[in-house]
Amino acid sequence: MSKARVYVTLKKSVFDPQGRTIHEALSGLGYQGVTDVRQGKYFELSLPELDLEEAKKAAEDIAHRVLSNPVIESYRVEVEP
Amino acid sequence: MNVGVVVFPGSNCDHDAYHVVKHVCGQEARFLWHKEADLRGVDAIILPGGFSYGDYLRTGAIARFSPVMQSVTAFAKKGGPVIGICNGFQILQEAGLLPGAMLRNRTTKFLSQDVHVRVERSDTAFTAGVEPGTVLTMPIAHGEGNFHLPDEELDRLEGDGQVVFRYTAKDGTLDDESNPNGSARAIAGVCNAARNVVGLMPHPERAAEGALGRVDGRRLFEAMSYALHALQHA
Repeated sequence: MSKARVYVTLKKSVFDPQGRTIHEALSGLGYQGVTDVRQGKYFELSLPELDLEEAKKAAEDIAHRVLSNPVIESYRVEVEP
Repeated sequence: MNVGVVVFPGSNCDHDAYHVVKHVCGQEARFLWHKEADLRGVDAIILPGGFSYGDYLRTGAIARFSPVMQSVTAFAKKGGPVIGICNGFQILQEAGLLPGAMLRNRTTKFLSQDVHVRVERSDTAFTAGVEPGTVLTMPIAHGEGNFHLPDEELDRLEGDGQVVFRYTAKDGTLDDESNPNGSARAIAGVCNAARNVVGLMPHPERAAEGALGRVDGRRLFEAMSYALHALQHA
């Protein structure tokens, strides 16, 4: 078994209305130093692969095919035993 | 003509679409359950609005992997007419049958209101016989309808004549105020390159009979009958 963490975020070129709303709320609360907020998604996968290279490949396949929409999102995968 | 209306868990406009096809337009209609790959010989397919699979992960993201969608994809690739309304449009995008992806509305609010859309193309299976420039009034009801594509792909889409509907003012002029969700280039609906697959965010099935106060949506259902008739007698 191994574990994978998948982070899915909107591409930099894509407008994030939720992130902007959160950013505005933070400004309203007095967090003036925050220059930007981007909202994303986080997934934890428990995988059967023991080999970390193979686990990463499997997680990347899942992230590409299902967890993200390549038109608007990109993803990053981390694996651990 | 026999029209299939796909039912996913969470579809909520399936009965409205069925009603318009069968009782308003007088055509045959049948429901197609998402777990069944058999399309039961239908001539056209409607992917209705709703919240398939609770909109989990992304709108339409889970629905696109259901057994019925494998068959819908094969049907579409053979030239069969397919229309996706609202969530159905999102499913077609996720399935790669239509271009683009939907972002959250620019207001971040769920929008439930009437909109005016200008028909840009009359050479699709669902706008045949509707003059380009015609403005239709139909309701929208969505949280994610903010059409997105990178600029260069938008140029290509426009060049290929795949923009079918645009949000406009009632007189058909483009202005930012009339684009409720912030869609790129005010795009409300598109078609595929072969023009047999169409998706739009407004709900024609909710504006198809006098009792509902709106009849413009009926034009799309009539176009479908017209296109199928032409196809069958070609």
